[in-house]
Amino acid sequence: MNDQIGTTIRAGRISSPDVRQTGLLGQSFAIARRNFIHIKRMPEMLLDVTIQPVMFVLLFAFVFGSSIDIPIEGGYKAFLMAGIMAQTVAFSSFIVAVGLTADLEKGIVDRMRSLPINPAAVLVGRSFSSVAHSSIGLVVMSLTGLTIGWGIHTDVFRAALGYLLLVGWAFAMIWVGIWVGSAMRSVEAVNGVMFATMFPITFLANTFAPTDSMPDWLRTVAEWNPISSLTQAVRVLWGNDMPLHADAELPLRYPVAFTIGWIIVITAVVAPLAIRTFRRRTAD
Amino acid sequence: MTRTHAIEAERLVKRFGDTLAVDDVSFVVPEGSVLGLLGPNGAGKTTTVRMMTTLTRPTSGTARVAGHDVLTEPDAVRRSMGLTGQAATVDELLTGRENLRLIGQLYGLDKSYIARASDDLLERFSLTDAGDRTAKTYSGGMRRRLDLAVSLIATPPVLFLDEPTTGLDPRSRVELWEVLRELVADGTTLLLTTQYLEEADQLADNIVVIDRGTVIAEGTPLQLKDQSGAASLVVTVSRADDLELAEQMLRDHVAEVHADRGARQLTAPAEGVAHMTRIAGIFAESRIELDDIGLKRPSLDDVFLHLTGHRAEDAAADEQIEEAS
Repeated sequence: MNDQIGTTIRAGRISSPDVRQTGLLGQSFAIARRNFIHIKRMPEMLLDVTIQPVMFVLLFAFVFGSSIDIPIEGGYKAFLMAGIMAQTVAFSSFIVAVGLTADLEKGIVDRMRSLPINPAAVLVGRSFSSVAHSSIGLVVMSLTGLTIGWGIHTDVFRAALGYLLLVGWAFAMIWVGIWVGSAMRSVEAVNGVMFATMFPITFLANTFAPTDSMPDWLRTVAEWNPISSLTQAVRVLWGNDMPLHADAELPLRYPVAFTIGWIIVITAVVAPLAIRTFRRRTAD
Repeated sequence: MTRTHAIEAERLVKRFGDTLAVDDVSFVVPEGSVLGLLGPNGAGKTTTVRMMTTLTRPTSGTARVAGHDVLTEPDAVRRSMGLTGQAATVDELLTGRENLRLIGQLYGLDKSYIARASDDLLERFSLTDAGDRTAKTYSGGMRRRLDLAVSLIATPPVLFLDEPTTGLDPRSRVELWEVLRELVADGTTLLLTTQYLEEADQLADNIVVIDRGTVIAEGTPLQLKDQSGAASLVVTVSRADDLELAEQMLRDHVAEVHADRGARQLTAPAEGVAHMTRIAGIFAESRIELDDIGLKRPSLDDVFLHLTGHRAEDAAADEQIEEAS
């Protein structure tokens, strides 16, 4: 019966072209390229990793910089950079969620799913472009930091490890983005949820001010906040850290190990939830 | 030799929670023909198409596309069909050509093939001049045409169109019908869902009428029209004041008259051309002026009313299952 259909189709004027089997990687790159074209057409999409963090750097550095005394080279401005970068990669979940929700809403995801491709390509492609998006932010912020007196005071290996942890964090956050993006029905809802959660989480930490002077209970919460591990790890790796106070919590004492641990734990917990929510959203 | 079917739906059922969106739907679409899946909003058309195109898993039952089972060979199904969804799913920030290239790449088509096929498709859909503009600048009709062109980049033998002309102005609609007729002439098998009875009448070889998740009728447009019975006699008077008098006069000659004051129209069961001519003569002798008198053949709208007991448009507010899916 299959043969018969094939013959009839060949006999008619329809001749289907050779469909090469592409792999997940090629498909994901094709989808990521589409997202890059979006950025090219709408450069304002990059505001969240360019103007916004630069504005934060300048605001915090010049508003708080004079009243917070950090005993390191470059002072508060140098201290601030790792915090701002950690916040920016945490916000990469935002980028994924907004993009995914928009594609789900507009039926683009369904269009992709009706093609003979690996169903994961939609998510992997989105992850690629999101990490690239965050990386642009890291470059812009590093350049901004250099002009206001921030610098890396260790070796190339540690400098690279710092950036690697930030990018790794962005990857873990992608799953949070996929989860929220699949669960929410509109871009507005995503914005609401993300602002209401990500802002307190990224502020209730050592990102913008040392935890030393916080009340005890708040200090404990802040130091166990995963974002604090990341920020502290980057500061230590880049030589922007200040001496720890005597009763600093465990995560601040072993920040690199904790950061790697958090990346693994967040991925292991959120990824299955994200995939399940995405499947449920799309398959029914 | 057995007849080949490009699409077969076999007892498809889809349940969302407590709602039975599709309830035991079966039909076949012979190769190279056009099936119109006709029904109001919420009838289960979109859900049926989503099951047949591997987007939604049936609760029970199955479907085959070009001989491939949607449950066991979803990838083969996806390779043999194109889908144009209800909303035009083109990427607005990409140009027409970039939209075609993206989908072509995802199919794994070769670069030079994509370039050639894109040129052909853009020309065929009168989009050549707009090919390098972002889809955001396109009109509704152009978006639909691009959406359709994108579905055709890999020349699938089977094409699913979910309400392809919803929201289009009448001219764009007729243009799209023209394009679809060409595709069918080239041998493509088409399944299209529509709420427009006229559209099914214009394009489909066979119509399956679906309401509240079940098939309530099927046949050729002609067969369905026959089902709804006789034609009617329609008389339109020139002055609204005359309507009552005209109604009384008409009652002497036909069994049943329905008056529509707004349209200044009287409708009665027709009893043939001779009968109509006689009635026209009676009015000519009276002082009542007529705008029009004639026989109206039953439309598919009448068929729907006859089959379901409600007009196609009325059901729109009933259920919103399809939007929720």
